[in-house]
Amino acid sequence: MNDITKLTVCETLDALKSKKFSSVELTKSYLENMEKGRHYNAYITECADKALKQAEMADRNYQSGNNRLLEGIPLGIKDLFCTKDIRTTAASHILDNFVPTYESTVTQNLLNDGAVFLGKLNLDEFAMGGSNETSYFGPVINPWSKDKDLVPGGSSGGSAAAVAANMCAAATGTDTGGSIREPAAFCGCTGIKPTYGRCSRYGIVAFASSLDQAGPIAKDVKDCALLLQSMAGFDEKDSTSCDIAVPNYVDFLNKDIKGLTIGLPKEYRPQGLNEEVASYWDKAAEYLKARGAIVKEISLPHTKYALATYYVLAPAEASSNLARYDGIRYGFRAEGKNLDELYINTRTLGFGKEVKRRIMIGTYVLSAGYYDAYYLKAQKMRRLIHNDFMEAFKQCDIILTPTSPITAFPIGDESMLDNPINMYLNDVFTVSINLAGLPALSLPIGLSQNGLPLGMQLIGKPFDEATIFSVAAKIEEDAKFERK
Amino acid sequence: MAEYIIETAKGKWEVVVGLEIHCQIISKSKIFSGASTEFGDEPNTNVSFVDAGMPGMLPTLNKECVHQAIKTGLGLNAKINKYSEFSRKNYFYADMPTDYQITQFRYPIVGEGNICVDLSDGSTKNIGIERMHIEQDAGKSIHDLSPTKSFIDLNRAGVGLMEIVTKPDFRSPEEAGAFLRKLRSILRYLGTCDGNMDEGSMRCDVNVSVRPYGSNEFRTRCEMKNVNSVKFVMQAIENEAKRHIEVYENGGTVEQETRQFDPSTGLTKVMRKKEFAHDYRYFPEPDLPPLILTDEYIDSVKNEMIELPDAKKQRFIEKLGLTAYDAMVLCENKEVADFFEKAAAGHDAKKVANWMMSDFFAMLNKKHLEISQSPVSAENLGALVELISKEVISGKIAKDVFEIMSETGENPEKIVEEKGLKQVTDTSAIEAIIEKVIADNPDNVAAYKNGKTNLAGWFVGQTLKLSQGKANPQIVNKLVKEKLDN
Amino acid sequence: MAIDNETVKRVAFLSRLKVEDDKIEPTKEEFNKILQWIEELNEINTDEVEPLISVNNVNLRMRNDEITTGNCREDILKNAPSAEYDYFAVPKVVE
Repeated sequence: MNDITKLTVCETLDALKSKKFSSVELTKSYLENMEKGRHYNAYITECADKALKQAEMADRNYQSGNNRLLEGIPLGIKDLFCTKDIRTTAASHILDNFVPTYESTVTQNLLNDGAVFLGKLNLDEFAMGGSNETSYFGPVINPWSKDKDLVPGGSSGGSAAAVAANMCAAATGTDTGGSIREPAAFCGCTGIKPTYGRCSRYGIVAFASSLDQAGPIAKDVKDCALLLQSMAGFDEKDSTSCDIAVPNYVDFLNKDIKGLTIGLPKEYRPQGLNEEVASYWDKAAEYLKARGAIVKEISLPHTKYALATYYVLAPAEASSNLARYDGIRYGFRAEGKNLDELYINTRTLGFGKEVKRRIMIGTYVLSAGYYDAYYLKAQKMRRLIHNDFMEAFKQCDIILTPTSPITAFPIGDESMLDNPINMYLNDVFTVSINLAGLPALSLPIGLSQNGLPLGMQLIGKPFDEATIFSVAAKIEEDAKFERK
Repeated sequence: MAEYIIETAKGKWEVVVGLEIHCQIISKSKIFSGASTEFGDEPNTNVSFVDAGMPGMLPTLNKECVHQAIKTGLGLNAKINKYSEFSRKNYFYADMPTDYQITQFRYPIVGEGNICVDLSDGSTKNIGIERMHIEQDAGKSIHDLSPTKSFIDLNRAGVGLMEIVTKPDFRSPEEAGAFLRKLRSILRYLGTCDGNMDEGSMRCDVNVSVRPYGSNEFRTRCEMKNVNSVKFVMQAIENEAKRHIEVYENGGTVEQETRQFDPSTGLTKVMRKKEFAHDYRYFPEPDLPPLILTDEYIDSVKNEMIELPDAKKQRFIEKLGLTAYDAMVLCENKEVADFFEKAAAGHDAKKVANWMMSDFFAMLNKKHLEISQSPVSAENLGALVELISKEVISGKIAKDVFEIMSETGENPEKIVEEKGLKQVTDTSAIEAIIEKVIADNPDNVAAYKNGKTNLAGWFVGQTLKLSQGKANPQIVNKLVKEKLDN
Repeated sequence: MAIDNETVKRVAFLSRLKVEDDKIEPTKEEFNKILQWIEELNEINTDEVEPLISVNNVNLRMRNDEITTGNCREDILKNAPSAEYDYFAVPKVVE
């Protein structure tokens, strides 16, 4: 019976509609997988009872013919989305007892479409990390691990791992510098970070407000298209949300890509790029060429500076966004003789090491005398990086790059833990896209020699997720990647 | 105007003052959330998840707050900036749930402007406005419920504020006081802030420094936070200036610091030294894109603008012939000015102004009434003045009529009619009374005839008395003389 | 622009975080490494570049002045570590 968890969301919907199985049966199967897969540590909070109730409701809706877009589909929710009456921790000690009394817009959209929530998925603390090792609730194990436990990528590591291990039909993620795409790539899943402003940020615990975007991590391109369809949309509660109609993404999967121009940025092929990564990249380009797309080299000249720019802007915003975790209104409190002591004790004990590091770096780059040298400089660099993409998109429709220069690495890798910059370097192919606010999807292209998934990234023009889906569907078809 | 010079045994000093005034914006809901701005409700009831700084909550800008800010900016004769930007001001503060304040920093919504203030000697002075920006207010802590704890109420958190920053243009406590009164008057005219300093809806920070008289330097200034009345602001300036002078004259230096004004002593004490000054780490608020205003929108607000106190005052002087002082007093409060205009319509405006400045205000004061509660309506006050102008009643009788009006609210014609107070101008009737007075007082007549001519006044008084004040005094005057001299 | 121990302490206090005395030196070194890496941005002259503040060129929307929320004190106080008399409670604030 557990095979039904291997189906994609779209296949599952067909089965539910034709009453091959019920949503309750389906939900139970996923709950069983979750139990069996506890060692992956993908979930922080499971909500089986609630999920089963939702599933019963979904089954009634199928009975009455009132089934909606995602009726009865069991999803995992990254624990950065506030969910009403379900604990929301951001994988931090400082929020480990926080139960929101409100629902994020994105999860509300999913609920409105009939989705079932299985639980809240693990992540890097406050989404700060690229390996899911900074979680207060411990690291997530990549289901593709063999002899050694590998990281699932981060920060949406729980989401990618849960999808890969069939512990949910699909999951939500958030992406500030690659947090959907990198874990999707490491776990052989497909994930898309839409254009900044496409999904509402209302009710998502903020990391870096000008970069954060929600998106799905799913088993394939079509599921991503369907999930994004549900999650996206204008929200007046988020002033950065854009009032632009959301097209029916699934319709674009079969769209011909003949004549489309695919750009390959030369800066993404530095000296010493992993050969396997490079050859898969070429292969993906070949697939598209064979289908009539025009492949050409383009240039994104300021690529080199994207990481440093990101590691000024994101911590700066984070230092301010995370100030509110002060032990007064919600979350963990450590006592103190006076208010400052209470703040300091609460925050020192409540936050983990990486979060504290970023808060302090962010505080420093904004402080008097350093603002111009770091923060303002980074904002100007952001303009140049953004302009690079706008120039490039005058010559091409889609940009194709690898998602990550490496495959999943072992948990506790010392070179990364000892030097945060080494960890930061993993984001080299993903952060520019957040800086430019563009949509980008990662999909698996194949396995490395050591049997680990590698991802390709497709970057689109602002609000043109549809073309990304058209192209991604073709690569997916040709790559024939086998899921776990 | 007379210069404000502080003279000591050692020299002459001048004070240099700038003000920063926080004005609560009048709006139904908060600047970044849909919670009510109502004052005085149960604790933490007018609080949204946004106001409480809950995780994932985002601000959305209230249109009315922007509208009110533009109106105020226009009232300050200031430039409205088509591009403005919100920023975060970061500091930990128990009353501020996000531990940053959304404010405007590099690009405020209102730029430079000026206000003309009226000084007691009748002169005026222009005070420069540096800028005005909009921001959110903080909540309030209650410290007196427990010896060991403070309690936080977020009802006020997120109420819209306008922060007006003046140039350091004040040279005396009086100028600062006059400015605050004028600003309050403008805000109330516009309906953008109620200006109640005692309730905290208008709060003033005062920056004071001194310099030797005649010098142009700017010396170290001290800032006094939240001084909550016009009187206290003036007192704070006076005493802080004295403190600075004393420090300098004793060979010391003034430290840049934040001080607190103590209303009970009138003195200031240190709150925060410069080395503990906050580092606010301002940066553009990533949750709110820049605010772009169109010319059409700004023009539409311009078209809504009403006549403000200065323009009104000028019109009262030029068109209605009021004195500058009367015009200033009548224009300070829009309701008063409106009442006056209504009362003066079609009547002698100067006389109406005199009546308002004297008996009318005295009556309101005595009865502790606001002008809106006045038993004497504007129309009735105008009618009363008209009765005097037309010599239907004398000024003296008018005072009695006014007395009755302020008790009953009745119209003066009716009172005059019913009580038979009409002035007697019929000379034969008056002559009859005069003749009676003359007949009854032969001794005084004799004295008059013997040269005590100032007794004429006594005869006039007796005649008026007998007429119960109704006889026209001018006619009585004339006739008494005629009769006595015959 | 290398930072010193005093700066580490000041930044820690501004962040309301405690850095133990024996961690100040290593923290400083780590920060200097990161800042040095960031300073590669100085290779590019940006004197004439406008800072990018908002990536999606939306003008700030404004909402109508209506009361849409509030009267949810229970929800507001629900997660408070300490609440009394319908207030959030904290150690006595002196200032």
